[in-house]
Amino acid sequence: MWKLLQIELFKIFKRPRTYIAFGAIAAIVFLIQIALKYDGKSYIDLLLSNLSGSFEFSDEFKGKLLNGYLICFIILNTLLIQMPLLVALISGDAIAGEANMGTLRLSLTKPISRTEYMLVKFAASIIYTLALLLCMAALALFGSMLIFGTNDMVVMRSEGIEQIKNFDVLWRYFAAFGFAAVALTTVSALAFLLSVFAENSIGPIIATMSIVIVFTILSEMNIPIYDQTIKPYLFTSHMVAWKGFFYVKADAEGTTINGSIENFPAVMRSLGILLVYIVLFFGSAVWVFKKKDILT
Amino acid sequence: MNAIIEVKNLTKKFRDIKAVDNLSFTVEAGQVYGFLGQNGAGKSTTIRMLLTLITPTSGEIELFGMNLSKHRKEILRQVGAIIERPDFYKYLTALENLRLFASMSGVKVSEKKLMEQLDMVGLAERANSKVKTYSQGMKQRLGIATALVNDPGLIILDEPTNGLDPQGIADVRNLILLLSKEKKKTLLISSHLLSEMELIADSMIIIDKGKKLVEGRVNELFDPSETIVELKTTDDAATFEKLQQSSLKIFMHGKRNDCLLLKLHRNEVPSVMKELVQMDVNVVSLHSKHSLEDYFLSLTTGSTHVEAATN
Repeated sequence: MWKLLQIELFKIFKRPRTYIAFGAIAAIVFLIQIALKYDGKSYIDLLLSNLSGSFEFSDEFKGKLLNGYLICFIILNTLLIQMPLLVALISGDAIAGEANMGTLRLSLTKPISRTEYMLVKFAASIIYTLALLLCMAALALFGSMLIFGTNDMVVMRSEGIEQIKNFDVLWRYFAAFGFAAVALTTVSALAFLLSVFAENSIGPIIATMSIVIVFTILSEMNIPIYDQTIKPYLFTSHMVAWKGFFYVKADAEGTTINGSIENFPAVMRSLGILLVYIVLFFGSAVWVFKKKDILT
Repeated sequence: MNAIIEVKNLTKKFRDIKAVDNLSFTVEAGQVYGFLGQNGAGKSTTIRMLLTLITPTSGEIELFGMNLSKHRKEILRQVGAIIERPDFYKYLTALENLRLFASMSGVKVSEKKLMEQLDMVGLAERANSKVKTYSQGMKQRLGIATALVNDPGLIILDEPTNGLDPQGIADVRNLILLLSKEKKKTLLISSHLLSEMELIADSMIIIDKGKKLVEGRVNELFDPSETIVELKTTDDAATFEKLQQSSLKIFMHGKRNDCLLLKLHRNEVPSVMKELVQMDVNVVSLHSKHSLEDYFLSLTTGSTHVEAATN
């Protein structure tokens, strides 16, 4: 199995298209960082404009606000919506791309079971997703920390703002990136499942993105009838739960409690639901693939 | 002799269509076994079932004396195959592709051995070129190298000479003979080039609409010394009349398009030629058709594609 995984990773990382996603992430992160480095104050003013009616913010406060942690939060908010497309580019191609190239039939005449083949393909897709996230973490988090420095992090919420102490932030990012890895693996598993049905990778990639877009719209819509019936079961509703790591508890005086998470069970429930989706998508993909006649 | 492939009552249905219909055949160890049939006859479906790419609707397949569905991995370790046109990872080099598929076969093959395989199919000099720069013929050669890389006991080649030039076809033919005669491999080969099969196959099966038409040793299925000769003259109608009234009448087999057909033994060709000249027949061309091809056509179409000689 290890040998097969090495082969899969070799194939993925030898392919020029693999690096498009890394290049895209690097470009977006770099552009956001440059823009905020030179015009960060305007952005902060815009961000605080909704709260200005009830609060007065000093320039010193605004200056402290614009630090590496906040920049990473902004980047994460922006990029985690686009990343499913980058993940689908590889996972949607996993089986359909092999069928399209004609290499699937040759691979399946080798002494490897179809379950092993699928496990290895999916593992390689997950590793690619993790590599993409690590790249993003390195550029968005550590890059921003280097460029902007660190300070207490302020999170804007509908009911106001909350401040997380400098020393209490980094672990939250590690947890958020871990959660994002599971969320993106769910998209990867969906693209992987759709890939089994297709004979070229365009179909599964477009289908995955269509599903993610439609589900995201449904997740974001404020229609009461959907709140209890559909939304709790859509995986897209749970993909954004990584933000929960940045929502902290406050004591009676309104001071945030270090190391706390406002609704940890909800974050864990979302994690569990995403894991169930991964098992469901991948299990279905294996089941279908084992029964499939290879005619390409 | 022990059977390497034993197919019993194999059937494959795609919805209501029977692609393979109750097919049975046996391939003995060391044989070059020809698998013949027209397009859509069920050859590729059968080959895909032998390689577990397609699940049979019913029937049994045994390879190396083992049930294919129960001992899949063990069996496939001993099989090398090309299915239709060989395709590879175009962004990888030939050597990388070969190394990759050798690893997937579960065998450890040294770089030296990989290069030897490429050398055998005439690709050593292009070993480090990306496959996207290869012609179809070169891909076909690489496909053969890939099929042989795990030193298999059984080699299954589906149309192995597709896309090859005449020299390439001759090279593949020689390679097949080498694998069979010197390395004692068993080969199952499907091909449309019947004249090629006549040269290399020991036994063969002809299938049509998924059913077996005939199976047996090539030299028992037809008399290789008897041949159909196409005779083209400046005036076929006049020649036809002359032949009807001559001793050559017994050789007349029919007409096809713009030529006359004679059925005779190869050693009779010179004397017939001499007699035609004596009869003042202006011969434009005289060449023999492969008897296997006629045999094949007669079985699969129900006729020889020849108009019966009249009178």
